[in-house]
Amino acid sequence: MGEPMTITSNPAEDRAADSGILSFPMDRAAGCPFDPPPRLQAQQQEEPLSRVRIWDGSTPWFVTRHADQRALLGDPRVSADATRPGYPRSAPSNGRNNISFILMDDPEHARLRRMVTGSFAVKRVQAMRPAVQKIVDDLIEEMLAGPNPVDLVQAFALPVPSLVICELLGVPYDDHDFFQRNSSALVKQSLSVEERTAAHGALLTYLDDLMGEKLAHPADDLLSSLVTRVKDGELSRNEAAQMGVLLLLAGHETTANMIALGTVALLEHPDQLARLRDTDDPKAIAAAVEELLRYLNVTHSGRRRVALEDIEVAGEVIRAGEGIVFPNEIANRDAEVFTDPDHLDLGRDARRHVAFGFGVHQCLGQPLARLELQVVYSTLYRRVPTLRLATEAEKLPYKHDGAVYGVYELPVAW
Amino acid sequence: MKVTADQNKCCGAGNCVLLVPEVFDQREEDGIVVLLDEEPPEHLRAAVREASDMCPASAIAVHEDT
Ligand code: HEM
Repeated sequence: MGEPMTITSNPAEDRAADSGILSFPMDRAAGCPFDPPPRLQAQQQEEPLSRVRIWDGSTPWFVTRHADQRALLGDPRVSADATRPGYPRSAPSNGRNNISFILMDDPEHARLRRMVTGSFAVKRVQAMRPAVQKIVDDLIEEMLAGPNPVDLVQAFALPVPSLVICELLGVPYDDHDFFQRNSSALVKQSLSVEERTAAHGALLTYLDDLMGEKLAHPADDLLSSLVTRVKDGELSRNEAAQMGVLLLLAGHETTANMIALGTVALLEHPDQLARLRDTDDPKAIAAAVEELLRYLNVTHSGRRRVALEDIEVAGEVIRAGEGIVFPNEIANRDAEVFTDPDHLDLGRDARRHVAFGFGVHQCLGQPLARLELQVVYSTLYRRVPTLRLATEAEKLPYKHDGAVYGVYELPVAW
Repeated sequence: MKVTADQNKCCGAGNCVLLVPEVFDQREEDGIVVLLDEEPPEHLRAAVREASDMCPASAIAVHEDT
């Protein structure tokens, strides 16, 4: 999430011998695809507030405890504005491919976010349950009628969020090849700034064209409501297109990876999978979703911020203008908040997780993400009780280099 | 217990509505919090405290009776 990024493959030889400062991102341990990097776990115990070296050589603060992450991410003296000096970008940038309000501060952030928040309100989203259930049911039937084994990412995990967000925004699903290709290019670690900017430009043009069509033929969808605001002078056309790109992008990789990686985690924890399969209690299913969000925390590249003023925290002072990185995955394993945190336990109360971030940027789409995951997890393994990995879990291509963690491909059979 | 919800701080994440729909709702037009019950009954108070703790924008304040 956040701004497009490239992590120069900087595999943590952990502590650069000369400086004693850790590099970030860090490597996960071989054979432990669901756990945060061991060095990150050690850091939370030994030095919960420290500094890390990132790709550009800068050394932002590194906040690992749940309580400190919540306090700082919720603090208005902490800015998400990536154009400020000191902001710890996750990749080189020419400053032109920032994506709407996710990288802005209030009051601008609130002005824009509030224009679309009604569409993601809890009750509004809950009314979409039958539509989401139908999308999921149809995709499963289609998959079962096709080749076995199949790649669950392409056959199911990606189409679910894609179809749902297309319906909500009013984007034709037929264009999914185009926007999925460009969305993944926009956040692809290994591409150059120019390539990512080109992908962003293509998406902006696409959204702008679509809004032109909505202007002529308004429909009952979110893009049409943005177009109305443009007409009323509340929003520039460019702001509207930027917001369209953010909404199209933000819910894709995140939800898709939760579906695919969640499936791997459940297949590797058959006792937990059985628990999920054996219940139709909506409360138990909702709790299972929260636990999988906590345990997997797919947005693993760290929330990124910069201090606007001097801020005292945990006995240190973060100075105005200094960058801060928040690896949420380790806050979700904080033993002060979660008992036996490295254990996947679908029965626990995991609601205090920070997988959706914290503060005013906390995920706008979380009611929708919850709904999609509740429907998926309560349907897929019941409808396909023999679902299994068609390869060994260790051999799966994990997205170590992805802005969002998960698997590139997930061969399954039934 | 007395509850307040600050509509200026609210970012519409919806955690409170999910936790205690009897006490919190969201405005139709912009998803901002609406307080339905300023003095929630005993059996909802623990959930209201949780909603206050979970609010990402610190928009919900709980004043306990003394
Ligand atoms: C399981 C799925 C999802 C996860 C794990 C997730 C995670 C996150 C996280 C961690 C943030 C905070 C970014 C930050 O603080 O820097 C965020 C923000 C955001 N998410 Fe999600 N997200 C998910 C699904 C969705 C969906 C379905 C949408 C719908 C379009 C969405 C839209 C957004 C938007 C618009 C923001 C920016 C909010 C702001 O800056 O005010 N997300 N998400």
